[in-house]
Amino acid sequence: METAHKRPNYILIWVYLAVLTAAELALAFKLPISPNIKLLLLLFLAIWKAALVGLFFMHLKFERWNLRIMAIIPLPLAVIFILAGMSEHIW
Amino acid sequence: MTHAAATVDQMRPPYPAERGLDVYNTKLGMWVFLASEVMFFAALIGTYIILRFGAPGEWAKPGIVLNIKITAFNTFLLICSSVSMVKAYAAIQDGDPKKMRFWLLLTILGGATFVGIQVYEYIHLIEHGFVPSGVREGSELAELVAKGQLPAATMGLYGSTFFTMTGFHGFHVTCGVISMTYLYLTKALPGKYTKQSYGGIETVGLYWHFVDLVWIILFTIVYLI
Repeated sequence: METAHKRPNYILIWVYLAVLTAAELALAFKLPISPNIKLLLLLFLAIWKAALVGLFFMHLKFERWNLRIMAIIPLPLAVIFILAGMSEHIW
Repeated sequence: MTHAAATVDQMRPPYPAERGLDVYNTKLGMWVFLASEVMFFAALIGTYIILRFGAPGEWAKPGIVLNIKITAFNTFLLICSSVSMVKAYAAIQDGDPKKMRFWLLLTILGGATFVGIQVYEYIHLIEHGFVPSGVREGSELAELVAKGQLPAATMGLYGSTFFTMTGFHGFHVTCGVISMTYLYLTKALPGKYTKQSYGGIETVGLYWHFVDLVWIILFTIVYLI
């Protein structure tokens, strides 16, 4: 099955990534906010950037669902692994 | 904008696709490999998180030990190389092998520079006393530990996790640079990639973007938090 779609504006994605990286640095070293909020915001920005790379540079946004699922499945497994490890060692 | 708005068909595989997934075998193989790589890096990052939050004391502030500025530049460089890789892919899709060779070469140079800067960073860190086992005795960082500016109890954990994660990532970047150089010399330069056959560029591109994606996460977790 063939699907035609518009090619993403790669330069615009690059600008987004650069701006988000600058925001991360400003957030980490310049903004005097609570460490917990800083941690959450930094993780959010990192996931946002990673999603931009995955969706537009790796073209997951335009792939079929069965391939997307194959790419996404390891992520919840990784989260389960991390949470299981943390529960063993911390809580 | 005409370039950006150009309608392309990125789902059409350059080679006969398998039924069901509608993806040619090399690309499917790369996605399966990348799925295993997600688990590999999840193990490393997960271990780091578990060790850090379960550490018997305060964790060292990255800004004191690491050179954030140079690594931020390196992060930007890797993002740029990801863009040049996708531009190489777009160029060959448009049937322009000359442009594809230019962008691919730029990607190789970006990746090689990233590795070079990481090696420089390692040398710099080791000179200042930050080693995989923690802090070297008699070094500049050992003095900071003695003054109480760096936590003595967790520096060993910090050193081993830092060098393991960034080292394995650097190894992946090196493999990517070698693979792209091989494709450049054996396929791109002799003109073997065409508008109808560009599977190698897409497949190595997927790997390269994945390496960039992992670094985005690692940079935040290791250098900023």
